[in-house]
Amino acid sequence: MLNYIWFGLIFISVVVGTITGRIDQVTEAAINMSKTSVEIAFGLIGIMALWLGIMKIAEDSGLIQLIAKALKPIMIKLFPKVPSDHPAIGSIVLNMAANILGLGNAATPIGLKAMKELQELNKQKDTATDAMCTFLAINTSSVQIILPASVVALMGATANQIFITTIFATGMSTIAAIIAVKLLSKMKSFKIDNEI
Amino acid sequence: MIDNVIVFTNQISRYIIPFLLVGIPFYGLIIKKVKVYESFVDGAKEGFEISLKIIPYLVAILVAIGMFRASGAMEQLIYFLTPILNIIGFPPENLPLAIMRPLSGSGSLGLFTDLVNQYGVDSIYTKIGATMFGSTETTFYVLAVYFGSVGIRKSRYALAAGLIADIVGILSAVYICKILFL
Repeated sequence: MLNYIWFGLIFISVVVGTITGRIDQVTEAAINMSKTSVEIAFGLIGIMALWLGIMKIAEDSGLIQLIAKALKPIMIKLFPKVPSDHPAIGSIVLNMAANILGLGNAATPIGLKAMKELQELNKQKDTATDAMCTFLAINTSSVQIILPASVVALMGATANQIFITTIFATGMSTIAAIIAVKLLSKMKSFKIDNEI
Repeated sequence: MIDNVIVFTNQISRYIIPFLLVGIPFYGLIIKKVKVYESFVDGAKEGFEISLKIIPYLVAILVAIGMFRASGAMEQLIYFLTPILNIIGFPPENLPLAIMRPLSGSGSLGLFTDLVNQYGVDSIYTKIGATMFGSTETTFYVLAVYFGSVGIRKSRYALAAGLIADIVGILSAVYICKILFL
């Protein structure tokens, strides 16, 4: 999909540039933007290093576990078909906690482990369970509270203002994800037999 | 009432980054006895590597979007979409990012970088873009990786739920930024 979007942008640019007589500007933009990309990336290095350094301290000092503990009671409610002492619950809360802190690199391996453990409870191995759909819907709704390093790096001090708006928007999307999952799982076309 | 909330949130927002900069090392060193300096340097190295790793993606997206804008195609697109998007109060400037966000992390980072470049960090478009970027995920990518890792082929309603969440997140980003920053 991305392949077609990317090619489409370039293709349309050249065609439209030819029609509007701005083909020289199109050439110039291509050359200038490639230079700009590298300048931007170099400009990011310092703040990215600062932010990821601080977040590494959060990771090493066990902030993930602390948040995971607080999330556990909520998660048990959201996954009624998973036994509350099953290891999958532990992996799911750890994954959410890492996502909340914006620690994508730590979140993905734990999330994949959660999927493996949910798959053990699955009776139809090629079909997603309700628990998996719930987990991924919440996961893709991004429960992030700490901003991505790249946003902080690009915005500098203005990033301060974005924390509150992000918490609001991410909260709304997570609530929407949970409601959507609960409603969609009741729809006939998505029903499956003998699932956990 | 709403004005007071806005003033209040703007006041505390000034302290969020400083609070994280002091709070996290405090928790690590004083409470958990973590070697915070070593941890910091470890993480900072990662920041260096990531900045260099994104260069090819940035070049790909910024060149394509730069050409698209220079040709006049972007103006045309915005011109056509404005009346439709006006109905729901959605700024056309943020549409490319909203479409790209569920598809590709590097692509949407490129488009967000372009917003910062075009309009500056204080512009409403940049703030809406940053909020979108932080509050939604690359849904298609996450579903492919997570389901792929355990061999699930029938994902049932996972994609529908993920996209509903993305749309709600994107619209929430627009409205909250308009309330707080306009």
